[in-house]
Amino acid sequence: MELTRRNAILMGSGAILAAGLPLRAWAVGEEAIAAFTGGAPVGEGDITLTAPEIAENGNTVPIEVSSGSASEIMVLALGNPTPSVATFKFGKLAGSRAASTRIRLAGTQDVVAIAKLEDGSFVQAKATVKVTIGGCGG
Amino acid sequence: MISRRDFLQTSMAATALLGASGFGKWGRIAAQQALTQDQLLQFDSFGNVCLMHITDIHAQLKPIYFREPSINIGVGANKGAVPHITGAEFRKMYGIDDGSYAHYALSSGDFEALARGYGRVGGLDRVATVINQIRSERPDALLLDGGDTWHGSYTCYHTQGQDMVDVMNTLKPDAMTFHWEFTLGSDRVNEIVEGLPFAALGQNIFDAEWDEPAELFPPYKFFERGGVKIAVIGQAFPYMPIANPGWMFPEYAFGIRDEHMQEIVDQVRAKGAELVVCLSHNGFDVDKKMAGIVSGIDVILSGHTHDALPEPVLVGDTIIVASGSNGKFVSRVDLDVRDGRMMGFRHKLIPVLSDVIAPDPDVAAVIDSVRAPYEETLAEVIGQTDSLLYRRGNFNGTWDDLICDALISERDADIALSPGVRWGPSLLPGQDITREDIWNVTSMSYGAAYRTEMTGEFLHVVLEDVADNLFNPDPYYQQGGDMVRTGGLGYRIDITQPQGSRITDMVLLKTGEKIDPARIYQVAGWASVNEGTQGPPIWDVVESHIRKQGRVSVAPNTSVEVVGA
Repeated sequence: MELTRRNAILMGSGAILAAGLPLRAWAVGEEAIAAFTGGAPVGEGDITLTAPEIAENGNTVPIEVSSGSASEIMVLALGNPTPSVATFKFGKLAGSRAASTRIRLAGTQDVVAIAKLEDGSFVQAKATVKVTIGGCGG
Repeated sequence: MISRRDFLQTSMAATALLGASGFGKWGRIAAQQALTQDQLLQFDSFGNVCLMHITDIHAQLKPIYFREPSINIGVGANKGAVPHITGAEFRKMYGIDDGSYAHYALSSGDFEALARGYGRVGGLDRVATVINQIRSERPDALLLDGGDTWHGSYTCYHTQGQDMVDVMNTLKPDAMTFHWEFTLGSDRVNEIVEGLPFAALGQNIFDAEWDEPAELFPPYKFFERGGVKIAVIGQAFPYMPIANPGWMFPEYAFGIRDEHMQEIVDQVRAKGAELVVCLSHNGFDVDKKMAGIVSGIDVILSGHTHDALPEPVLVGDTIIVASGSNGKFVSRVDLDVRDGRMMGFRHKLIPVLSDVIAPDPDVAAVIDSVRAPYEETLAEVIGQTDSLLYRRGNFNGTWDDLICDALISERDADIALSPGVRWGPSLLPGQDITREDIWNVTSMSYGAAYRTEMTGEFLHVVLEDVADNLFNPDPYYQQGGDMVRTGGLGYRIDITQPQGSRITDMVLLKTGEKIDPARIYQVAGWASVNEGTQGPPIWDVVESHIRKQGRVSVAPNTSVEVVGA
């Protein structure tokens, strides 16, 4: 557990922030998805999102997205004050349609990757990443 | 692959073995001498591959008492499934007679009486005897160490793990994986691993900066045994930098990484592996989930959650073997591998009853020599206990209650927090408490006993956070410890609720008042994962408290109300 006084205060305020955020962020995330898809339905399929189940450090969480047939992949962290993370674009000659980066997460939340496939359809993958105080292992 | 019928045969064999122990009721325990080493080790050799598994020794070189948990709640799909069955229900499920040595070794209930009858368990000199006996029958048996070996005692702390390295080397393991070892700090871990005469494996040990597999820890190793090409893949504890102080090993990253595990399994199969063994420190429920996701693993040797199961659990075509902790058990798994496939297995969880299994003299001599410089300090009697002191259980153990009492009185706090770790041997009523005993339940490289201020609201956040690490219905979000122990603080927990809603009715025990979210409380604790935590070492705090008490007695703890189990 993070239990020095300074961190206790930091964590305390972080927890309040995280609890206060989702509604507004959710709306922003929904808007970003709508803008990306133009309101088209989003299914499941050719999109893989790899993220840790529990973040080792919420400030730098490694994630990877890949798809065999995506022309664009948008990544959102729905619980962040600014949910937009990145949009990766792949041309027809792309050797592999995969990208990895590190993102900052304000707290436990869902990370979403939405791919626009070459046929114009949209698919998504979602992963819950837990940001925890930690400590107390067996 | 293994048919249900094969599995049942194995189960029946195990039951028959237990039934043949000849111990019916308590009155006959006195006939302990009737139980022989040969009986404990009896095994009809089978197949062409033999595996030996030992895990979570926590630096217990000498025989100890170790009480198994009476409360170990399963959630989600694991509700009511092993290892979340305890006591009489566990014995009924496996056909274990009340009062038998298997009752004593594997389950809770009547612990004190049985401990007096059957004596101590473990001791690496006894473990050596078991291993040597198996090797005399099966010279090519593989010995696999699941980790949590170089942590947990006075001598381990003061030699930076060297005592365990020296003693384990005499047992000649073939491979090992890791967890608490990393709390020695990455410099020391690297130094030891570079000199190890066996494989240090971890497919999920990555370089933190580059997010690539760490060079020092290969993902797997091939062995040729009995004409079979065996791949042993290591899986270190996935949540090391979260459950333990990441600042002590900043170069490394971990995680479950089951997609990488699948790549490695496919890779070793492509290279001709006929048997794939995963030496895991995931914890049992995580292993169960992983076995359902990753295909192609034949055997998972499971560690971390300290569960001891008398027969493997079958998930698809994978068998999962759980071998207990603290040197109390050695698992033997004989396998029949033909035509590139596992066709069957025979398994026995061998309880290391220290009074029945003779110590191996060579290993005993090495243990004595690593302990010799410290023997006088270790043996100093600090006090006596009138109560059974134990730790294992989801919510509290008497050792933790005593540690929390020590923190509150020695650090002048309202509330104490003690980590829900699963290591730490037990002491029987009437026993002396030596310095070694105190270190056995407190030793770690970040044992500063801090004192800090927390608001009621933050205390709630802490309890909720730890509760979710234990009771999240998805095992991949569990870290495998138990609930943080609280002193001076009572609460109600509904384990079926989501994070944020499990903990209610928090009460400051000394006044009986409800915890006020806005009020500031004085909190003492230990094992903070934060760098720069200050305070006296927890073992000094506990020693000082026990010395003042002389005789300690721990009243039953009724401050936690559990709902939804």
